[in-house]
Parts: sequence; structure tokens; C-alpha cells
Amino acid sequence: MKSAVVVFPGSNCDRDAARALERMTGAAPAMVWHKDTELPQGTDLVVLPGGFSYGDYLRSGAMAARSPVVRAVAAHADRGGLVLGICNGFQVLTEARLLPGALTRNTGLRFVCREVPLAIANANTAFTRAYREARDTVIPVAHGDGRFVADESALDRLEGEGRVVFRYLNNPNGSARDIAGIVNDRGNVMGMMPHPERASDAALGRLGGAPVFQSLLEAA
Amino acid sequence: MKAIVTVGLKPGVLDVQGKAVAGALHELGFAGVQDARVGKRIEIQLEGDLDPATAEAQVREMCEKLLANTVIESYRVEIAR
Repeated sequence: MKSAVVVFPGSNCDRDAARALERMTGAAPAMVWHKDTELPQGTDLVVLPGGFSYGDYLRSGAMAARSPVVRAVAAHADRGGLVLGICNGFQVLTEARLLPGALTRNTGLRFVCREVPLAIANANTAFTRAYREARDTVIPVAHGDGRFVADESALDRLEGEGRVVFRYLNNPNGSARDIAGIVNDRGNVMGMMPHPERASDAALGRLGGAPVFQSLLEAA
Repeated sequence: MKAIVTVGLKPGVLDVQGKAVAGALHELGFAGVQDARVGKRIEIQLEGDLDPATAEAQVREMCEKLLANTVIESYRVEIAR
């Protein structure tokens, strides 16, 4: 599988994501700069990593969503290519309208950084199949703007179409309907606030996010 | 020519910063505060001498494309001389 990680000014989980991808796929991903206008030929999977792209100026993910590389990511998604947005990457995907809804300030106004238990709401996606029979997992979150909002009809549609992939078992940020991760209607673009790359190596003491990368390896 | 853009969360969207501000105002003894909502003001300097309607159309396009996230925010544009 050929993967790529986008690096924005202010990304800070790009190398964590790259390491997780390399461990899982056996090949180092291409690191793609925000000013690049194309992804490497033959890219199967693009990861938009966590961090504070462009210092969260204007809105989290807003500036990054208008950067040249995101046009290439949108074209990749349009061709059916896989896209995973983690934390700030999820914010970028909603700002770019590749996913519905928006991520707003946590209800408690605090930056929340801790492990959270999650229900696997749909284990039949390209991003979650390796969870097999597992009903839940634990993955850390680290965000200030993680409260997912969308209008009621959009939320009903997401739930009705099985596009809610992860749900908080103990909602840390006030997200509508406990939503922690969603996929697009085609199932090839996922955004999630928790950080699977921080729970994908036994040396880190947690493996709850590893199946996300295993699933992608199987899917590509 | 200057445009002043005011962006804020739409009425139905919970504004947690506004809630905190209202709470702090209560703490300070302003008992009459019912609610507060926090928004942004963006001043844009435009070159040349556009007619106000053209300038407003341009700035509204800027709002749709970047300045506001219309999923959750609404905006208002004023053109000042």
C-alpha cells in the first residue's frame, strides 16, 4: 500500500502518523507539504494528521482546507482514494466539505487530553473492519475544538446510513449524539477526533487504534 | 474602501464562549444579563474605488469561501468609506 501524510505548518502528529503507517504497512509514507499541488503517483491512502494547522487561525482547519494540497486530496477522494483525517485532520475535512458538519469548541471550554472509551458503531468500513467482533476500544483524544455539530437532518442521515463509525461512551466534549468519527457517503473518507496513531504500538502501552491502520492495509 | 465583516454562530448553535462570558458577567454583579454570544469582526481593506454594491458582492463571496463556515455561522457585511 502506498500512503502519504500531509504536513501543514502547525501539524504536530504527522511523524506519529507516519510511524504508525510504516509499522503497519512496512513502507514509509510520502510526506507531502501543504503547498504541493499533487499527491505522489499511485497513492492509495492520504492521512491528514493532528495538530494546529496555521495556528488554528480563523477556525480550526479553515486555512488548511483552502491550501493547494487539499485540492489534490479532494481529487484523490473523488477518484475513490482513501482519506483519513485525525483530529485537526477531521476539522480540515469538514472545513473542506469532504465530510458534513463542523467541529466546535468543547462544551467544557477545556482542552481535553486523555484516553476515552469508544463504541465501534460501524465495523464494516474500510477503516474499521479489522476490529472484527470487538464492540468497543480505547483511544486517546487531545483537542479543544472537538464538539461535532450538524443539523438534525444531517445527523439523522449519518445515523440512518451507518456513517457514524465511532461514538464516545463517555462524551468528553459535548458532541452531538456522542459522535467521535464519521465516514462520507461513499465510505472512502473518514474523520475522527481520537488519535489512533497514539494507540498503535505496544511500546506506547496501548493498541486500541492499531486496527484502524490494519483495516486500511486490508482495504488498499 | 473598507468592509467590515461580522461573523457569529447561528442562533441554534451552542456558543460555549458566550455562555462563559454571560456567567462571568453575572459573577460581576450584572444580574440583568440574559445571554451573550461571541463573534468575530474582520476588517478588510479593499483597493480602488469600487461601487458599494460590487464591493459587497466581493466580500460576500469571501465570506462564503473562507471567512464564515456557513454550516454553523452566519455573517453580515458592511461597506464603509
